[in-house]
Amino acid sequence: MLSKNKTGWLLLSPTILILVLVGLVPFFYVLYVGFFKWNPLAVDPSMQFEGLGFNYRRLIFDQVFLESIWRSIKFAFVTLFFELTLGFLLALSLLSSFPLKSFFRGVHTLPLVIAPIVVGSIFKLFTVQGLGPLPHILKDYFGYTLNYGLHADQAFWMIVIMDIWHWTPFVTLTLLAGLSALPQDPYESAKIDGANNFQIFFYITIPMMIPVLIVVIFIRLMDSLKIVDEIWMLTGGGPGYATRFTGIHIWKEVFEKRFYGLGSAMSILYLYITIVICWILYSVMVSRGKDED
Amino acid sequence: MKIKKALGKISTTILWSLLTIITLLPIYWMVLVSTRTPVELFGKPDLSPTFFEKVHWKNFTKPFIDGIYSDYLMNSIIVATSNAALVTILALMATYALSRFKLPGSESIFFWTMTNRMAPPAAFLLPLFLLFSTVFKFGDSTLFDTKIGLILLYCVFNLPFAIWLLKGIIDGIPRELDEAMIVDGASLFTIFRKLIIPLAAPGIAVTSLLSFLFAWNEYLLASTLTSVYARTIPTGLSEFVTTTGTNWGTMAAVALVSMLPALLFLFVVQKHIVAGLTFGAVKG
Repeated sequence: MLSKNKTGWLLLSPTILILVLVGLVPFFYVLYVGFFKWNPLAVDPSMQFEGLGFNYRRLIFDQVFLESIWRSIKFAFVTLFFELTLGFLLALSLLSSFPLKSFFRGVHTLPLVIAPIVVGSIFKLFTVQGLGPLPHILKDYFGYTLNYGLHADQAFWMIVIMDIWHWTPFVTLTLLAGLSALPQDPYESAKIDGANNFQIFFYITIPMMIPVLIVVIFIRLMDSLKIVDEIWMLTGGGPGYATRFTGIHIWKEVFEKRFYGLGSAMSILYLYITIVICWILYSVMVSRGKDED
Repeated sequence: MKIKKALGKISTTILWSLLTIITLLPIYWMVLVSTRTPVELFGKPDLSPTFFEKVHWKNFTKPFIDGIYSDYLMNSIIVATSNAALVTILALMATYALSRFKLPGSESIFFWTMTNRMAPPAAFLLPLFLLFSTVFKFGDSTLFDTKIGLILLYCVFNLPFAIWLLKGIIDGIPRELDEAMIVDGASLFTIFRKLIIPLAAPGIAVTSLLSFLFAWNEYLLASTLTSVYARTIPTGLSEFVTTTGTNWGTMAAVALVSMLPALLFLFVVQKHIVAGLTFGAVKG
């Protein structure tokens, strides 16, 4: 048995080695750097220790950073709401049969495999002033001026729309897979008992879908909190700070201003907030799911 | 009742047609832009399919034949292919170990690999940059701006996903089969070659395709951890942002080319890709 276990560890060791080297070591390194004042472009480019909480205390009062976190969270929940609603409706509609269904579903899958940076480029080409058709269509038919290079709100909502375009298919297809795997018996007995479609949806479908919903919400929240590439391509974080999400803010602080110490503290806080949000949501959903059983 | 059903069908079809137009229109516009000269793009956007009459090939030849983008393309191919191969082999070994041996703490190891997948990459940019450029040294050479660096790095995000996908499949292969082979004196390598790999082949294919796709699509880490020699095609695409007076035609052409592998996969193995992308999520 011992030699058998040895084989097991041997098989596992390359994976563990790589994950430790490029996953765990960077984590502890960023934790370590976060305790120092360090800017290689400053007068004194060395690492200076100013007390454990030095950088973190500065961050608590860093308006731009706090706003970027709030923006990321707002973005994550807004997109989650739209994608989940739309995705659920589309998944339900795919359960019935209608003409050209597999073609529609095929096209719907398309955005899923396109790189975020390419999605950003596609939307830039489509919506940028002076080139894209969208500002023209909006101007000519609705009298609405779209110029997200100037208007902060437009920039934020443009990114929300881009994210919905990109990721609703994921929600649709995952929920569809979950819906098609549901047992049919509860539906039949509900119909015999004379339940209407709304009752069936809220009292049977939703409770049975909770495990799948938890996974979808989880994956979508994690991914939206991470978002950088598309925004970088579309607005570059502007205008002003309008689309400076946490990921972009960290990149700018670290690689433009070279605030290594402060940037590390930001990274740790960002990581911490991501984990806490998901953990809270997870416990809420799991306890809700238990109540309804 | 029949009329109601027919109406439902019609409205669903109309809804999905609209959705399809919304999905395809931006992509279609990108294709149009990639085939036009800057002069043709000036003025009111023209949505008619002019590429049937005339294609401005210079948008493609300028970056890919005269320019440096062929190098970027080559780097992308090397990085994504090697990463997919490495991830598949390592994940297969790791999953087999997690599935077949009662290793103490294997549950926590499984969970730990998953957490690697969830972390926002932006939080790891600085430490990875510093480690790659100064700490991980082999003689004079560092991992910074090397393809090997990127290949190893993408393992952090791909391995957990691959292990997650493969775990269900390998758990589904009856243990009795390997035990019978062990009794017959087969080595571990033979078990893999004759039993595990053939039975898990579809899962392995999906895993390696999705790993390839992720490595091909990744931008943020590639742009931070390379400067000249290992730049991939997504980083090349972002270079258009900073250029003043962007040449939209060329940008659209590069975007189109970097989208091609994804499209190819989608057409060839759509069912499996979708199953792979969603399967893991549903099972979890």
